[in-house]
Amino acid sequence: MQAFRLKEQLVPILTQTLVVGAILYVALLLFQNTQANLEARNIASGFGFLSVESGMPINDSLLAYAPADTYGRAFLVGIVNTLFVSALSIVLATALGVLVGVARVSANWLVARLAAVYVELFRNIPLLLTLFFCYSTLLAFLPAPRQSLSPLAGVFINNRGVFAPRPHWLDGMGWVVLALGLAAIGAVLLARRSKRLRDETGRGLPAGWISLGLIAGLPTLAYFLAGRPIDFDVPTLHGFNFKGGMVLRPEFTALLTGLVLYTAAFIGENVRSGIQSVDKGQLDAAKALGLRPGSIMRKVILPQTLRVCIPATTNDYTSLVKNSSLAVAIGYPDMVSIGGTIIGQNDQAIEVIGLWMAVYLTINLVLSLGMNWCNAKVRLVER
Amino acid sequence: MSEIKTFVPTPDSPPPLTSTGVLRWLRDNLFSSWFNSLLTLLALALLVRVVPPLVSWALVHAVWTGGPGVCDDASGACWAFIAAKARVMLIGTYPPELAWRPLAAGALLAGVVAATVSGRCKKRVLTGLWPVFFAAALWLVGGGAGLETVDQSRWGGLMLSLGLAAVGILVSVPLGILLALGRRSGMGGVSAVCIGFIELVRGVPLITILFMASVMMPLFLPPNFQINNLLRVQVGIILFSSAYIAEVVRGGLQAIPKGQIDAAKALGLSPWMVTVFVVLPQAVRHVLPALIGRCIALFKDTSLVIIVGLLDFLGMAKAASQDQLWLGHEVEGYVFCAAVYWVICFGMSRYGRSLEKRGPQTNR
Amino acid sequence: MDMSQVVIDVKGLNKWYGEFHVLKNIDLEVHKGERIVICGPSGSGKSTLIRCMNRLERHQEGTITVDGTELTNNLKGIEKIRREVGMVFQNFNLFPHMTVLENLTLAPVWVRRMPRREAEATAMRYLERVRIAEQAGKYPGQLSGGQQQRVAIARALCMSPNILLFDEPTSALDPEMIKEVLDVMVSLAEEDMTMVCVTHEMGFARTVADRIIFMDHGEIVEQNSPEEFFSNPQYDRTKLFLSQILHH
Repeated sequence: MQAFRLKEQLVPILTQTLVVGAILYVALLLFQNTQANLEARNIASGFGFLSVESGMPINDSLLAYAPADTYGRAFLVGIVNTLFVSALSIVLATALGVLVGVARVSANWLVARLAAVYVELFRNIPLLLTLFFCYSTLLAFLPAPRQSLSPLAGVFINNRGVFAPRPHWLDGMGWVVLALGLAAIGAVLLARRSKRLRDETGRGLPAGWISLGLIAGLPTLAYFLAGRPIDFDVPTLHGFNFKGGMVLRPEFTALLTGLVLYTAAFIGENVRSGIQSVDKGQLDAAKALGLRPGSIMRKVILPQTLRVCIPATTNDYTSLVKNSSLAVAIGYPDMVSIGGTIIGQNDQAIEVIGLWMAVYLTINLVLSLGMNWCNAKVRLVER
Repeated sequence: MSEIKTFVPTPDSPPPLTSTGVLRWLRDNLFSSWFNSLLTLLALALLVRVVPPLVSWALVHAVWTGGPGVCDDASGACWAFIAAKARVMLIGTYPPELAWRPLAAGALLAGVVAATVSGRCKKRVLTGLWPVFFAAALWLVGGGAGLETVDQSRWGGLMLSLGLAAVGILVSVPLGILLALGRRSGMGGVSAVCIGFIELVRGVPLITILFMASVMMPLFLPPNFQINNLLRVQVGIILFSSAYIAEVVRGGLQAIPKGQIDAAKALGLSPWMVTVFVVLPQAVRHVLPALIGRCIALFKDTSLVIIVGLLDFLGMAKAASQDQLWLGHEVEGYVFCAAVYWVICFGMSRYGRSLEKRGPQTNR
Repeated sequence: MDMSQVVIDVKGLNKWYGEFHVLKNIDLEVHKGERIVICGPSGSGKSTLIRCMNRLERHQEGTITVDGTELTNNLKGIEKIRREVGMVFQNFNLFPHMTVLENLTLAPVWVRRMPRREAEATAMRYLERVRIAEQAGKYPGQLSGGQQQRVAIARALCMSPNILLFDEPTSALDPEMIKEVLDVMVSLAEEDMTMVCVTHEMGFARTVADRIIFMDHGEIVEQNSPEEFFSNPQYDRTKLFLSQILHH
């Protein structure tokens, strides 16, 4: 009997040893091949290249950067650009997606149909095609710099980008920031007081409106009292292009538009299925209690919707971050695009691809952890 | 005691006019409240702004036929460009005189798809039909065995996109199932390897995997054993897709009630029989809609191969728009591309939904 | 019939779920051709005990010997026993992706290596026996609960088992379907099949059982012939249980 037991335990152990051993063996072979290949091609391995001067121009950077900076700095610019476009896209795609999802279940036939057309259109076309399309149409329909559209004074729209005045902070701006901070604290206190009042007397304060006034009004007041401490650097036409100010380049705009349109279609579907997953009886029960439509939505439907939405939307967010790598196809200098240039210049393919993977894994891990935290919150609220 | 009366039902009377007909429908669906009315008006305004210019561009002022330069003065779309470039977009630089071969493969594909979607064929027939089709298509396109061989560097266009997707699905589904089974095998070492692979691949963009296949794989392989770029990219796509499919299948495995496994064991089935006859068929059927969703995603993802230098459908459309004779018609090319992608993907998702409705019990 | 041959021999059986002691020092002998009914309140361990008999559950202490083979981790031994021991579950556990006929022939074809034609003939015989031969081509989801459970019994019979285990076979059924399943079980009993049934059907126990075992808190409280068990229970716990399930 003992022998039998031994045999039963041996089989899985043997299988595992075989599988893991085979993988290790293949890894070793690959490693040896790589070593030999790198030597044959005279490629030095390691991350030393990161501190070498890049000589690479980057036309769109949130950090101070010049071609005289190192490859490491250039890669950092790429990481920041990836993070920036991803974060902005997530916010906008969520807003549009919620709108689309609610429109999908709207009682209004026309609105529901339009939302359905939107969702089915963008979900069934490759994102890369959407990006190319956005980029081409932007370039094709926007005028040249000399014929720029100028919807507001100092704002110019042309096929080189959207140019706007860049604000400079002067002395006294500290007061405005302080006022904003105070307004925020005031709003929080007000919300607490309103809740306590509601708990005790059954009637709250119109906290939302007062807070809004506070947050908008106090900093504005401080701004004028401090003598308007903001100076604007207005873009001006020099030759064939604008200089100065802030600029949103068409590559960025196209990437942002494409990512938002594509992801919002998926988020819209999550929102729709979230809303539809709430039992009809819940609506009847809430109506029967005499709750008003707004309260039904906020207190009954929405908390249950979120429970269904959040896991699927987490996936869509991580996809969005990964999809932002398509920037390389339209020339926005994100991490992949800059890394690709580095590979082209000095063959450090293994290191760069390793860096890409490490950064994306980290971003997605952080994102998932954050969303899991939200999910846990929603579950607690539900109990 | 009164005598028994007979109950005669009152005949139905017609409903008030306002509760049926067009007016009623309009009121219920478009103007049920002031907010709804406002939404309707806004939506109508949007449609008026968008649809007429679109129709005028795409149909009224479009140029349908002619050679280079015919569209120079047109204010509408230049469909003549598509007509001139259709062959390149569909089959790439495949030798024109042999174009019948990919077209025949396409016709076969259409036939097999029709047989699958119609639902009239037995499952056993279909599972035989698809591999036969793959072999036939590969022979027709690639040549050999009596047909003139056509080098892989000349495969391109929609044909390449479909080929990459089809082979990708064919290989990554079984691979994904194996990964999912490995992940749940309960053998620490094996499941750790599977989890590591799945999570690593799912955490990075497809582009990085494609770069790896295209740029790094030549470094990994011995110098005397190098495979061409197309095959490397195909391997990259398969590895990428299989990780996602593994996760989908895992969901299905988790959904199998424990009683099913108990019952199979109680009949004396061995562990592999339990997996093959009881667990897997139910798991795969349970996640079939999601699997089809992954297939759609895979097909859309093949468009990324343009970044590592392969000219698929989208790549050919982009390349065609850079022809000096036909400059400035990118948008038409992309619209054509989008239409084809949309029809294929939407068709697949519709099919997935119909499977979902058909349900597991009554399915053949 | 040789009633002295012991086919299931449980000695000193102990089982824990984590800290929870589900089965305590169970000793039980089942003789060939014997019909045993196990009853007791929910959570008393009766289902766990019966699931230990074909090793769907592992035990930590004691021995279970079925048909002369001790149940250990040895997979071949377990499969041999499972071939000889049929089981019917509370939730039927028919395979929903297979027709009734495929459900019945799966194990004979793949485990017993029986030719398909022969397996199908056997299956049809047993389906006639449980009086639903006309449903052979349907899927389980298209049948009523009672029909599904009769198919499940036929599925177990197709392996020509020496012993049948029933784990609350009527608990998931609508009241009007219980009788059709019990009728099949009674007819099996009349053919001297060795049966171990976990059930609350006291009418069935009274007419069919050779021995009734009452369990509570993981222990066998008492076992007796049906007449003695119902008319003269030995323990207050048994009395209380009987009063709870009989007087309504």
